[in-house]
Amino acid sequence: MNLLKRLMCTARRRSPWLFHMNSGSCNGCDIEIVAALSPRYDAEQLGVRLEGSPRHADILCVTGPVTRKAVGAVKTVYDQVLGPKAVIAIGSCPATTNVFIDSRTLDGPLDKHLPVDVFVPGCPPRPDAIIAGVAKAAQILAERGNKPPEAVVTLVPESEEEANQ
Amino acid sequence: MTLLTALARLLIFPGLLFAVPAAWFFLWVERKSVALMQGRVGPPFMQPFWDFVKLLGKSTPPRPGIAGLLMRAWPLIAVSAAAGAVGLLPVLPSSGGFEGDLILLLALLELPSICIIAAGFSSRSIFGEIGSAREAALSVSYNIVFLLAIVSIAASQHTFRLEALAAAPNSPLHWLGVLAILVCLPAKLHINPFSLPNAEQEIYSGPMTEYAGPELAMWELSHGLEWVAGTGLVATLVAPHIAIPLGAAWLAACIFVALCVVIVLLLSALAAATARLAIDSSVRFYWQCTLIFAILAVSSAILMRIRS
Repeated sequence: MNLLKRLMCTARRRSPWLFHMNSGSCNGCDIEIVAALSPRYDAEQLGVRLEGSPRHADILCVTGPVTRKAVGAVKTVYDQVLGPKAVIAIGSCPATTNVFIDSRTLDGPLDKHLPVDVFVPGCPPRPDAIIAGVAKAAQILAERGNKPPEAVVTLVPESEEEANQ
Repeated sequence: MTLLTALARLLIFPGLLFAVPAAWFFLWVERKSVALMQGRVGPPFMQPFWDFVKLLGKSTPPRPGIAGLLMRAWPLIAVSAAAGAVGLLPVLPSSGGFEGDLILLLALLELPSICIIAAGFSSRSIFGEIGSAREAALSVSYNIVFLLAIVSIAASQHTFRLEALAAAPNSPLHWLGVLAILVCLPAKLHINPFSLPNAEQEIYSGPMTEYAGPELAMWELSHGLEWVAGTGLVATLVAPHIAIPLGAAWLAACIFVALCVVIVLLLSALAAATARLAIDSSVRFYWQCTLIFAILAVSSAILMRIRS
């Protein structure tokens, strides 16, 4: 039994499938997510696959400050992702609503509506920071298993290159 | 073929015990080679296995009623049909077989695709229905060529027994038939340029859109087994005729796996080099460009039969 649990834990850590959802983003973070899968960064080394259907995904990547129109869609898609699941807020917008703060068209930030596991800050974040965030989320997913998500907030530091500047 | 050898072929070699790891291995070879051709590193060796285990551990949405029952049944039927097709391949020399096993193999190879069509429609998702309609249109077009190619090979040898076909001398007609089967394989395996039914990102995931967890794991497995069966069929047809002693059956198995990997690499190169075609272009490709060659192959096979 213990062996099976360990096997499942490793499998969850090694095969994070993503579903990417835009909740009113300016498209900057979305481009960076695609860049993370491109030959230069190649997230597939970690087993990452960008899936077309939320039913297939383990990790929901949300970009954008969550506009009022998008709230329903974000909640629906979160419910469509089947457990065990994790949520990553990509960019500064879903974390703090960024420069759009106090806008009357917003109903953000994201953690008002969903339990967010990992925040990847940046406007937009670098692809290597996104990959680090996905790896962190996969680790959380593996450790948590089928238990319901508690609002664990883990800040992923900016990549070393930027920190040195 | 006795019951014992039939069971051994279905369950051990080249059936489930060999075919399931082989399916994961071929899926990895495909993903890895596409990644290398795109200048990436690609997934680690165990990736398809980890994906499978992880999917088994995920939950599925509640599916009440008869539609839910059907949705659970389709992937299982697809997996068993594909595993049965692999079990029929005459990999080992003098491994038995029966008259007409080619027809059974063709039927089993076709079942997963029918299951995909039915699965898309029974999921009642609009994307699933579009994907299923595409799969049906594609299946009608490539199957004509696929069946004609196999019939031409079988007619030239005057047998429907797989083992006799695998041992047949390689004539130009035989190679023409193998070429026609190779042209149909990308459509059968849903890879570029014929990745229309499960067109990723375009119609979400086509017929698989509503599937999750263990059901999706079964679909992934049946896709891998289809790879083994499809490439294995070509591999048995092109395998060199060297006299292999009965004790050295492992040699035949090694040649089989090596040939399969070569075909997987060929198909991956095609997939990496091309983009997805539209459905009308794909159907036109099979009906206009390749059908003529398939008909030529069949008619020349029948003519050769009459003359000899």
